[in-house]
Amino acid sequence: MRLVKALLAATAVAIPVFGLLGGTALAQSEQFIPRLVYRTGPYAPNGIPFADGYADYLDMVDAREGGVGGIKITYEECETGYNNDKGVECYERLKNKGPTGASLVDPLSTGITYALIERATADKIPVVSMGYGRADASDGAVFPYVFTLPATYWAQADAMIKYVGDQMGSPEKLKGKKIGLVYIDIAYGKEPIATLEKLSQKYGYTFLKYPVSAPGIEQSATWLQVRQQRPDWLFMWGWGVMNSTAIKGAASVGYPMDHFIGVWWSGSEPDVVPAGDAANGYKSGTFHGAGQDYGAVKDILKFVYDKNSGHTTREKVGEVLYNRGIINAIYDLEAIRTAQGKFGKKPLKGEEVQWGYEHLDITPQRITELGADGLMVPVQLSCANHEGNGKVRIQQWDGKHWRFVSDWIQPDRAMLTDMYKESALAYAKEKGITPRDCAKDM
Amino acid sequence: MIYREVGQFKTSYATDQAIFPIRQDRWLMLVMLAAAYVVIPAVGSEYWLLTIMIPFLVYALAALGLNLLTGYAGQVSLGTGGFMAVGAFATYKLTTAFPGLNIVLIFILAGMITACAGLLFGFPSLRIKGFYLAVATLAAQFFLIWMFNKFPWFYNYSASGVISAPPRAIFGQFYVTGAEADPRTKYLFVLTVVLVLALAAKGLVRGRAGRAWMAIRDMDIAAEIIGIRPLRTKLLAFALSSFYCGIAGAMWAFIYTSAVEASAFEIDRSFQILFMIIIGGLGSILGCFLGAGFIVLLPIFLENAPRLAGFEFPVNLVTNLQSMIFGALIVFFLIIEPNGLARLWAIGKEKLRLWPFPY
Repeated sequence: MRLVKALLAATAVAIPVFGLLGGTALAQSEQFIPRLVYRTGPYAPNGIPFADGYADYLDMVDAREGGVGGIKITYEECETGYNNDKGVECYERLKNKGPTGASLVDPLSTGITYALIERATADKIPVVSMGYGRADASDGAVFPYVFTLPATYWAQADAMIKYVGDQMGSPEKLKGKKIGLVYIDIAYGKEPIATLEKLSQKYGYTFLKYPVSAPGIEQSATWLQVRQQRPDWLFMWGWGVMNSTAIKGAASVGYPMDHFIGVWWSGSEPDVVPAGDAANGYKSGTFHGAGQDYGAVKDILKFVYDKNSGHTTREKVGEVLYNRGIINAIYDLEAIRTAQGKFGKKPLKGEEVQWGYEHLDITPQRITELGADGLMVPVQLSCANHEGNGKVRIQQWDGKHWRFVSDWIQPDRAMLTDMYKESALAYAKEKGITPRDCAKDM
Repeated sequence: MIYREVGQFKTSYATDQAIFPIRQDRWLMLVMLAAAYVVIPAVGSEYWLLTIMIPFLVYALAALGLNLLTGYAGQVSLGTGGFMAVGAFATYKLTTAFPGLNIVLIFILAGMITACAGLLFGFPSLRIKGFYLAVATLAAQFFLIWMFNKFPWFYNYSASGVISAPPRAIFGQFYVTGAEADPRTKYLFVLTVVLVLALAAKGLVRGRAGRAWMAIRDMDIAAEIIGIRPLRTKLLAFALSSFYCGIAGAMWAFIYTSAVEASAFEIDRSFQILFMIIIGGLGSILGCFLGAGFIVLLPIFLENAPRLAGFEFPVNLVTNLQSMIFGALIVFFLIIEPNGLARLWAIGKEKLRLWPFPY
């Protein structure tokens, strides 16, 4: 009986408290950005530096110049654990916060991106899928609210094949070679398969698939297969704990590290450091620089860390994924700035930021102004092109630092545009969407 | 006091065997139905409807399915997630192949396809029991997920293996799937489906089928001796349970998240649903709802509670704290009432009926 009473009392307290959910008011001159992060779970080693970099950059901009165009940037983090339904919950919880609601959303997960595409389109909130899926959303005519800058997985796969061709002397030498893909068996890992299959017909290499089931800790069967089939080059689409496990796995079967290339999400410090010396020589794609030697990063140290603030420790600033968080923040803020140019310096709605993203043009000159020379590549987006023709570079781990080992590679844009279009139209047909006419839309 | 039953006489078999024989229970039920159908859609925000109520109802339906099999028929299953995946992928294949077909019909067909899959994996239950059966259903779980990953035909050869829900309407203009659908329509649709199926389940377990299941659960040899055919009874349990799980999976994929990949129905999902029926109460329809509420709502509450109380904690701390408190609460409830929340309610009700004259 006492228990029943206690339970009733607990419920009576809980209901009104619960009812207050989602009602905190923010000041009127603020631009709100919801932050879907994962600081726990098997993907946390990679989720943490990214979230820290993003948050620190926003803090730095607020401290240095009082926000974007005088509008303070506020944000709230929500833990997704890289879990798709949690991601949806976070999105729904945060989308109406701030004076104008969410300006945009960065899901940092291909799976969550897929789950949010339709919701966000209906809510008119841009989804910024920076360097992840879905690739065919680069076709802005069918996906007006999804942005895939600076490059998609399909572009990355094409750039990797180009790099391998260059390493062997010429693309013709790819003929008869075996190229393997170790990938995590979820939407993210499957994205490059179609491109690599298509390219295998073009260049005549044999494409071998090695799926690893999520979260990717159990890989012994995979490496046994690799040992038997001995692919000449091995690519990897992994994330979180899968990456370091794979590098150790490759080392255990004696696979040559410099022929093992990860996607940009498989090439950061938490991936190689746990593997120790075995990781030396391992390569990965990237679309930005690492380290602290950039104006924007130095500003973070000056305006945030010198004031004993910041989300991480000083040494971690400049890690690959930390800098990628900065890049993402730069894109988002530049889109807001672009939109402010048209709609005025006030808190903007998602719809207006979408305009900003479609007219985003980060020129080399602008990059210099941002203090990001060498940190990022120029991109230019349009209504039809939501990817912005970013370039890809290959970097290599030397035991202490990630160093560039190739020049910027421009993927085969003509082929990719056709592929995006074909896939996007199939999606539009399945969903009954009529693509926008980008010739009219200005 | 609260349950003053004075003057409630049962003058026919029908009133004696009603689902809610006490008048106060009937009233309570009506009030709850009114709240579910009128108050919640009227006052609930989009966030509440889409991310709290709908998953709660879908989980409750999946728990119902599993409870028929595990709670009533005594066949432990770890394949719930796999069967949900069958429902989701069957719905996707059917609705993309026949866009004109009504979504309700498609859900039913998908449920039937899942029932067939359940039958197939139910056959070993005739030979193996208990933990060994659990392992056999585990095979179903892994096989089904592997299958939906492996063969691109299941996801119409999309590049990523994700299936996403095309917009579909009932009665011509009320969209229940797709992003344009009104959250209230979605919620009311899910609510109706779950209530109809819950009522059907209640009918089933009170009838011949349910009695046969319980006989098999309590002692299969004795059940066989009194004339219950184990083959038919167990397979019926597997088929019906899978039917429910299939529809739950279809609603998960089509109404709740609107885009899923096979990994949404991993083994974790099966465990989650198993925990729901264990915490809610094995062999209880009410328990499915209580268990789903406990597992779905409590973590969300725990996550939001610190902020509502005015504390700003980092998200990772909140998440870790939430897991710890949640785990502790599970242990707490299982210690005070190993038979689940439904039993707790039953005890409470017994006491309320006698109150203020405790024995």
